[in-house]
Amino acid sequence: MALENTQIQDKLVETFNNDVFNFQQERDIFTLEASADKITALILFLKNDSELRFHFLTDLCGVHYPDNDSERQFAIVYHLHNWYENKRLRIKVYLNGEKPEIKSISNIFLGANWMERETYDFYGINFIGHPQLKRILNMDEMVSFPMRKEFPMEDSGRTDKDDRFFGRTVSNC
Amino acid sequence: MSELLLPPEHRYAKIIKEKLNEDGSELSVLNLGPTHPATHGIFQNILLMDGERILEAEPTIGYIHRAFEKIAENRPFYQITPLTDRMNYCSSPINNMGWWMTLEKLLGIEVPKRAQYLRVIVMELARITDHLICNSILGVDTGAYTGFLYVFQFREKIYEIYEEICGARLTTNMGRIGGFERDWSPEAFKKLDTFLEEFPVAWKEFENLFERNRIFLDRTVNVGAISAEKAMAYGFTGPNLRAAGVDYDVRVAQPYSSYEDFDFIVPVGKSGDTYDRFCVRNAEVWESLSIIRQALDKMPAGNEYHAEVPDYYLPPKEDVYNNMEALIYHFKIVMGEVPVPVAEIYHPVEGGNGEIGFYLVTDGSRTPYRLHFRRPCFIYYQAYPEMIKGALLSDAIVILSSLNVIAGELDA
Repeated sequence: MALENTQIQDKLVETFNNDVFNFQQERDIFTLEASADKITALILFLKNDSELRFHFLTDLCGVHYPDNDSERQFAIVYHLHNWYENKRLRIKVYLNGEKPEIKSISNIFLGANWMERETYDFYGINFIGHPQLKRILNMDEMVSFPMRKEFPMEDSGRTDKDDRFFGRTVSNC
Repeated sequence: MSELLLPPEHRYAKIIKEKLNEDGSELSVLNLGPTHPATHGIFQNILLMDGERILEAEPTIGYIHRAFEKIAENRPFYQITPLTDRMNYCSSPINNMGWWMTLEKLLGIEVPKRAQYLRVIVMELARITDHLICNSILGVDTGAYTGFLYVFQFREKIYEIYEEICGARLTTNMGRIGGFERDWSPEAFKKLDTFLEEFPVAWKEFENLFERNRIFLDRTVNVGAISAEKAMAYGFTGPNLRAAGVDYDVRVAQPYSSYEDFDFIVPVGKSGDTYDRFCVRNAEVWESLSIIRQALDKMPAGNEYHAEVPDYYLPPKEDVYNNMEALIYHFKIVMGEVPVPVAEIYHPVEGGNGEIGFYLVTDGSRTPYRLHFRRPCFIYYQAYPEMIKGALLSDAIVILSSLNVIAGELDA
């Protein structure tokens, strides 16, 4: 029998209570939010549970939301995949903007090691317990975390690509 | 000079000082790369060597990091295709199509069957070029140059087909949201037919040249083996995972672009060593050829090459010059006046190297809020130090070659 969304939800709610929430089917992927301090337990549970069997970490990356509340400034997005049932799952964890940190899952999935280093490199998120948390793509001497929204890519004086000059804003579409 | 000004000592220096071999010989440190001719790209590895044997390796990457994810946040959706081209430049059309399919999923666009089949043909041609380069260069790394020269001309023939389709050869920037920019010319189909006739003969000979070759077997069998469990833990996909015996293929697990219409097998290996990776790629080339033939046979009649979505399909240039409607749509798309839904999408495709995934977050503006590329090479290279531990220096070159790590995709 295929793994149903409700089955995943029931099992997770039963084990983690209020630490997992906001379950929804977003297009073709079932998604949920989790609290940061339970992430290692959650990932480990999803990996090892005999029914859920999310044994493959497809992807891990960060997103910056500077307009959110200070408690939800950064998000870490995990994509897990259960190959037996061919079911994908997305977990989103929001982090505090002042001190973005979360536990490393590199001891659960070996592949998470570099993915976390990349996320640290881009967003400055501290992965607690990571064996070698240092920059990976950018040079060590760099002081900024370039994927944060406060670092614009182009000259801020440049106006020819500004949406406002095309009569378009986020709210009018 | 003050000691403060000296660079910090590498941890290998300490190991070397502390550990002397019984016969009095010392360990040594070797810099393999970043620009070593045998690394096919810019990767650095600092190796701790005991004679010819590698004890430990420490990789450094990022030499051609071009901040594609950041650039993508500042570009309209249709201008991101050239970025995807420049990741895995050995099979760029697959990346292009993957990106378009992500957007089509976002916008809910249904692509006509004929355009889907045309896409399948291009993606399989790209897979052939990718495997062809990887395997023939593996031959070069074991000292056999002939095979490479022999099959390389067929990569050129595939590039000529690309040229007929889109005008470009390497970084194809092929396609549009909803299909292709123009229909394929009869010349493109003619070249494809010639290719399908000539290439299998050459590929068979290429296989014969290597598969039972004593030197090649000695250099590749049981070299750089990785178990299925380890490979999955690292996040391997594609031929490198299948060589270890796991038959995961995105084309089968999550069919896109009508892959469910074609019969093909997913070749798997057993031991996950260099030789198995070579054989899996060889076998995949035959499957790709079979898929192309099936797509040509089953191709729906007519000349539909794109979906009717004028709000998102950037019209061909000659239409823009000669047709008022097309000009208006062109302006609307370029100015970003067409709404894009707020969503989060993840779309994977089976690239030449494994699962390429596009994670896209949109906020309704004309550029992605966040775009993350799941790049298979980034994942393979992480396992490289472990795979070469205990191997000879010459094996390290062959293992890197068989993993098919491409610098553009590794660093993005």
